[in-house]
Order: sequence, then structure tokens, then C-alpha cells
Amino acid sequence: MLSKKAWMGACALAVLAFTTSGALAQTIGFSQIGSESGWRAAETTLTRQEAEKRGIDLKFADAQQKQENQIKALRSFIAQGVDAILIAPVVATGWDSVLEEAKEAEIPVVLLDRQVDSSDDLYLTAVGSDLHHEGKVAGDWLVGAVGDKPCNVVELQGTTGSSPAIKRKAGFEEGIAGHDNIKIVRSQTGDFTRTKGKEVMESFLKAENGGKSICALYAHNDDMAVGAIQAIKEAGLKPGEDILIVSIDAVPDIFQAMAAGEANATVELTPNMAGPAFDALAAYLKDGTEPPKFIQTESKLYTQADDPQAVYEAKKDLGY
Amino acid sequence: MNARTLPLLATMVIFLAAYAVCYVQFPAMLSTRVIGNLLTDNAFLGIVAVGMTFVILSGGIDLSVGSVIAFSGVFIAVLLRDTGLHPLVVFAMLLVLTTLFGAAMGAIIHHLEMPPFIVTLAGMFLARGMAYVLSIDSVPITHAFYDQLQGLYYVMPGKGRLTLIGAIMLAVFVAGMLVAHRTRFGTNVYALGGGVQTARLMGVPVQRTTIRIYALSGFLAGLSGIVFSIYTSAGYSLATVGVELDAIAAVVIGGTLLTGGSGFVAGTLIGVLIMGLIQTYIIFDGTLSSWWTKIVIGILLFAFIVLQKGLVWLTSQRGLAMRGGPGGTR
Repeated sequence: MLSKKAWMGACALAVLAFTTSGALAQTIGFSQIGSESGWRAAETTLTRQEAEKRGIDLKFADAQQKQENQIKALRSFIAQGVDAILIAPVVATGWDSVLEEAKEAEIPVVLLDRQVDSSDDLYLTAVGSDLHHEGKVAGDWLVGAVGDKPCNVVELQGTTGSSPAIKRKAGFEEGIAGHDNIKIVRSQTGDFTRTKGKEVMESFLKAENGGKSICALYAHNDDMAVGAIQAIKEAGLKPGEDILIVSIDAVPDIFQAMAAGEANATVELTPNMAGPAFDALAAYLKDGTEPPKFIQTESKLYTQADDPQAVYEAKKDLGY
Repeated sequence: MNARTLPLLATMVIFLAAYAVCYVQFPAMLSTRVIGNLLTDNAFLGIVAVGMTFVILSGGIDLSVGSVIAFSGVFIAVLLRDTGLHPLVVFAMLLVLTTLFGAAMGAIIHHLEMPPFIVTLAGMFLARGMAYVLSIDSVPITHAFYDQLQGLYYVMPGKGRLTLIGAIMLAVFVAGMLVAHRTRFGTNVYALGGGVQTARLMGVPVQRTTIRIYALSGFLAGLSGIVFSIYTSAGYSLATVGVELDAIAAVVIGGTLLTGGSGFVAGTLIGVLIMGLIQTYIIFDGTLSSWWTKIVIGILLFAFIVLQKGLVWLTSQRGLAMRGGPGGTR
């Protein structure tokens, strides 16, 4: 009897699944790289939320860091006849033929957060942040915060040679250019990690008269800043007061530090790339409005005045 | 129905039943697009799985193939970028290289009497390391010949594409079936899987056969690397990590006995298609975690191992019964 019941249940389930998949919602496929970092997990969560808000049926495929899985996912989306495809490509190369197939099937493709080296008529648009601009926003903030006082800055760089490290450094330098009172006195890589950030900050403090001649720290990401805060506290100084701290990314932990008065500002690398992507797609699918080839997300500045505790509460469940 | 073909039949039944379930839920699954995709997307896996079938039939294992595919891609990409050689020349050089690589592993396995697991594990690290030495970055392939190769496809009714690489995979399977079942070499491979001592007593040239088996696997891994480079038009040293395990899974799901001696190349094709089908289903559904692919494959593998054990036990029981039970003379 049990098996008969189970069988009927299975049938009912199959019918249910059949009818729901036949519903008329807009279907968009999303091929995500994986969940290698907290930021990416937050991007996935927000993409799902944004899709739900707009009543979009989101088909999500996690590629587990493999390009072959992403190509498979794209081909399956095309075969399924989705209305549009979002993809965060794991590498820049090798997308020509599958993007051509999508184009042939008249399915618009939007790139999220990373670029590809294919010709730009193969995709509708790319949504991403401008790393250079992020650095500039941080620099502009420091200029406003110190005014005319002389200020020696130490810099914790990202992984040597990585594009965020290069561009965030150049952007910050552009931000402080023309203000001769602000000088970068020391700059070293902290590899984007918390432990390395702490270590390098310790050596900065020793080299700069126990930290007394340092006025501000600029870290290329929040994790290194959090490590540096620890080092500054151990050296007997007050982070956020004796040494101003500005970093980039806006992960939940930095908001906790800001709420405690130990960090001053952070520039958000928003994980909400899907919102602008869905908006561009909606306009395109409605009346064929072509979006620009690159949609830059906002690099929002958060300071202690922005109620960091509340931002922390809002961000902590996104999967960071 | 005999015990040898039962696992193959079980695989076919599972594949057809799974496809039917998919079709009921998503009618688009029966389109030629999906069928074309199954062949194209799994071409590199299928080709390397044919080689793996021979290795496993002989009672061995080859863990190096995934790394060899990645190495092949980087090798092709770097040579095409830095030299003016035609891709076909590069392909030939690569195939010679990977075949020799496989043959060398076979020779070590035979002459030093080392377990294939250890030797090919070393080969796996070696090939992956060589790929990194050539280039850490993903190297794009922009040669015009590659565009021609990618442009070679037959559009089936319903806009599905039978691509060049899908066709190469099917051809490799046909060739593999012929070699396994119609040549002396194929017979020797099965004999070797039944036991090295017995094979030797039967007059099987063990040394030559072992070296040839791993050379064949190396050759097919190289071919798979070429196909993968056409698939992604790039060479990347981090590509195809763990493909050797997918290939082993496809072979076992395809009904080949992991201990060797019994199985069919055709079963491996269905094993590959089952794995592709699971992935396609998960993407069509769009809400399931993609890690379910691994879970389902794990369950299938386990089921097949149990099935095979059961069959071995059953046939031995029947054999005993025919000879008059456990008390009978042997």
C-alpha cells in the first residue's frame, strides 16, 4: 500500500512540477562561477532576491569554478529557450562560440562583475564596478577628512600584480593628487588577507616611530584593514582616532569595526550586480532599448555617520 | 540474458528511464538542441573515457588523463601563440608526446611492477605541473583554423547542432568498440583484466599489451585535449581538474567491472550520457544545487558496484550448483 501511495505522490509531484514550469513568468538563466568567496555568495543571494522581487523565474547554475560547466549551463539555457542569460565568467577566454549560439537564438547575454575577451557585439552589456573609481572615492574621502593638515598615509596593497591591487592603488593616488599635505609614506602588499594585513601593519608601526607619525591607513580591502586594526590596538594606539582607516569592499565585519569607532570609511563593491542587469534586460526585452556596453555600479562610500550597526545587520545574512 | 550483458542493459534502462522522466517534466529535453549539446559538451569526457575503459578492462587505472587534457590545451595555445606552426602540426606533435607519455607510464607499471594507481598519480602531478610551467594564465587561441573547426557543424532539424567535436567523440567510440571486440589487442586487454598470471600462461604478451593500453589512454587524452581546446578556444592550466574521476565514474556506470575483465565500450558512452543528462536536468530545473550531480553520480556508482558484486556472487553460486554444490569436486 505504501508503495502505491508513494507512486501517487510522485505522480502528483510530477504534475505539479509540470504545471509550474509551464507558467508564463519571464525566465532568466544565471550561470555563477561558484561560491569561492563571501562576496560571491552574497552576489548569488542578492541575484535571487532581485529576481524574486521582479517576479522573474531564475534558473541558477553553479559552475563549481569550472568553465566547462559554465559553457554547458549556457548551452542548456539556450536549449531551454530562456528569455535572457546572466553569466559571471570564470575566465576571460573561450566564450566566442557559445555566445554566438546565444546570439543566433536571439537570447541576450549580460556579463556580471567580470569581462570576457570576446567581441562586444556578442553580449548585450556588462555590469561591473570600476576598481579605479573605488580607489578614487577612498582618496577623495581622505582629502575631505584631513583638510589642510599634513598627513602621512600607509597603504596595504592587494595581491601583487592583481588588477584590483593595481587599479585601486592608481585610483587612490588620483584621488589625493594635488593635495601635497597628504603623502603615501609606505606601501606594501598584504595579499588581501587578514593575517598578512596585521603582520605588515605591525612592521609599518615599528618603522614609523611606533605609529606616531602615521595619520591614516588605506587598505585595498576590508579584510586587511580588520587585521591592521588589531595590530594598531596591540601597539597601544586608537584605530579610527590616532590613525584614520579607509578601505574598500564593505563586508559586514568592517561595519562592526566602524560601529565600534575603530574604522572610518569603506567603499562598497556592491554584490548587487543583478539589479542593474535585470533593469537593462527589462528595457531591452520590452522595446529593444540597447543599454551601454558597460554599466558601472555605484561605488558607495560608507562612513561612521551611516549607522554602521544597521548596515551590518542588513548585510550579515547575505552569505558574506 | 547473461550476467555479462546485464550491467550494460541496466545502464541502458536507467538512461532511457531517466530521459523519460526528464521529458515528462521538461518537454524541451527531447529537442535536437539538447541531444546535440549532450554530444558536444561531453565530447572531451567521452573520448578520454574510451581510453579509461581499456585501462579499467585490463584491471588498471589512469589518473593522469585530466591533467594531460589541461597540459594539451596549454601546449597547443602556447605553441600557436609563440610560433607560426599550423595547428595540425601542433596536434601531431602533441599526440606523439602524450602517446609517449602514456607508453612510458605503461612501461614503468610493467617493468617496475608498480601499482598503476601510484604511477599514474605521479603522471597526473607531472602533467599538471608542466601545464603550469608553460603558462599560469588562460591563453586564448585565435588561429583562423580554429574558427573553421568551430564552424564545422551539421544543423539537425530543430536547430540542434552535431558539431565536429561531437562527431569525433562518436567516431572514437565506434573505433573503440571495434578495437575491443574485433582485434587481438582487444582480446589481450580482456585477458589481462582476468588476471596477469593466467594471461601470461595463455600466451598474452603482457609487456607489449600493458604499454599499448597506457599509450592508447595517453593518445586519447591528447585527442581529448585537442577537442577541449576547440571547445573553449583557450588553454588553461587549471582546466579539467578531476575529469579522470568523471571518466572512471562513466566507465563504471557504463557497466564495466572495476576489477577488470568484463565490460563494454558502448556502455561507457551511455555512462557519459547519463552524467550529462543529470547536469542538463539540474540546469533545466534551475533551483537545485549543482552539487546534486555529484550526489546522484555517487549513488549510481554505489548501486553499480553492488550490482556487480551481486552478479559475481550469483554466477559463482550457479557455477557451484551446476557442479553439485559446495561439496562437488573442482
